[in-house]
Amino acid sequence: MSKFVVENRIWDKEESLPRSDLAALQSSKLRKTVEQVQEVPFYQKKFAEAGLAAEKIQTLDDLQRLPFTTKADLRGEYPLGMLAVGKKDVARYHGSSGTTGQPTMVAYTHNDLKMWSNLCARFLTGGGLLPAHSVQIAFGYGLFTGGFGLHYGVERVGASIIPAAAGNTPKQLMLMMDMQVDALVCTPSYALNISEFIIQNDIPRNALNLKYAHFGGEPWTEDMRTRIEDEMGILCFNNYGLSEVIGPGVSGECAARDGMHIAEDAFIVECINPDTLEPVAPGEEGELVFTSLSKEAMPIIRYRTRDIASLNPEPCACGRTHIRMSRVTGRSDDMLIIKGVNVYPSQVEQALLRVEGTAPHYQIEVDRPDRKDIVTVKVEMTEESFSSSMKEMQELKDRINRAIQTITGLRMNIELVSPNSLERFIGKAQRVIDHRKKV
Amino acid sequence: MKLKQLSVFLENKPGRLRELCALLADSGINMITISLADTEQFGILRLIVSDCEAAKAVLEEKGFVAKITEVIAVEVNDEPGGLRNVLQVEEAAGISVEYMYAFTIKSGENAVLLFRFDDMDKAVDALQTAGFKVLDSVALFNRADD
Repeated sequence: MSKFVVENRIWDKEESLPRSDLAALQSSKLRKTVEQVQEVPFYQKKFAEAGLAAEKIQTLDDLQRLPFTTKADLRGEYPLGMLAVGKKDVARYHGSSGTTGQPTMVAYTHNDLKMWSNLCARFLTGGGLLPAHSVQIAFGYGLFTGGFGLHYGVERVGASIIPAAAGNTPKQLMLMMDMQVDALVCTPSYALNISEFIIQNDIPRNALNLKYAHFGGEPWTEDMRTRIEDEMGILCFNNYGLSEVIGPGVSGECAARDGMHIAEDAFIVECINPDTLEPVAPGEEGELVFTSLSKEAMPIIRYRTRDIASLNPEPCACGRTHIRMSRVTGRSDDMLIIKGVNVYPSQVEQALLRVEGTAPHYQIEVDRPDRKDIVTVKVEMTEESFSSSMKEMQELKDRINRAIQTITGLRMNIELVSPNSLERFIGKAQRVIDHRKKV
Repeated sequence: MKLKQLSVFLENKPGRLRELCALLADSGINMITISLADTEQFGILRLIVSDCEAAKAVLEEKGFVAKITEVIAVEVNDEPGGLRNVLQVEEAAGISVEYMYAFTIKSGENAVLLFRFDDMDKAVDALQTAGFKVLDSVALFNRADD
């Protein structure tokens, strides 16, 4: 365990606004946001379909009359259909993480970037960051919101940044040791790789000055936290965000590490039953839905995240009044996060369809036997794809592998199985078996 | 002069090969010879059987993927250099072996080599020109039954 103790610090006064003031702030900002989105043809259409006039939305109770926005909606509006300002007012673009397919683009004005970095500064401060600290960011810098989001958050706090970016573990360790880095920012699964490297190379703990880490970009577990904390002797903090809403900074843990405070002055959160779309009781698991309150370039109304978590409205020991969300425990769609990359089973299916002779019957198994996600795609053999030559069979596996890699950006193990050996489903197919319950 | 071989996809699972053998046995299909190419995860079973089409139908009905492929059967003396002599001819003709297996004939002093070449027609020509005895199915089954 870490000997490092994080003192309870709050970044700005909005984090501890009395609930009544917060509700009043949310109402007025919601009215403004609804007005703003009237500039977007997509929302004009949605409001018209719902027979809803913008001026009808006055209080937070009216929120539930607003239409939901889905990932499919954003794909349909690719690239910039959701933009509520002129292109000249956009300061930066990002995109949804991961796949090499078409991303969903998001945009930020200068004010958005300022607001966003402030949100990141909040959870970083809650999780120990001080201006005197140095932070190594081992997130990808690029369309992915993780790298730049955290970068400007750290800068906002006034700490120093080692923008190491993702990958090259030996170099990460070299920098961490030579620069006597205080804090690490990356995905929890990459932290496991770093920890493994430290163990394998017998790097003594006192060669590092690392005290704490902020993890995000993918779901993880308490078991994983315990393991990383034990192995690396640091404190680990969880944060949450998604590019469609803003990126990292939507929520993050405070020193109490008992749930992530959602920036409620910037977003309204709802937790719904994904089937009935009705709100679930406080504390119950459901799908998180976010409405932005402060965004200019791409305000978003009731975005269905597909992330399953619960909300805790109880007051927190840290003094923040913002509601807390649990870890994300699952998805209400079949999206998988593999090594921080978003993958849908349909992408694997698309890849198989490109390989001649392969059957539409497949199953994806995900496991983390030690530290790394391993994906196995089981594909049923057909007479057409079968060959008596081992070389041709290997070539078939290679072709499947390449097709999957082209579409998902990930390498997967291909397992050829007997016809009819995979379970058949009536209705919605259960294509994925995820064994990653624990580390 | 080519011979029909039955290839079967065999997932590495306990009992799978026995299941296949039982199906053929119950249908009265005799295996002349058998070869298994295996990887960690699956195998390719190659069979020369008395009735290829019937065997394929029986196996397919029980969910196996089976395919009929042509191979070449060459009869050679069962003595040192028997295989080398064949390979020399094919190498000289620029033909590559994709896979091969062999068995000896019960009563005789000869062995039968089974080949899959990248160019099957050219391979037969080269072997016959060099004086090798390439067996068709009738000849092969006669030898096997001797």
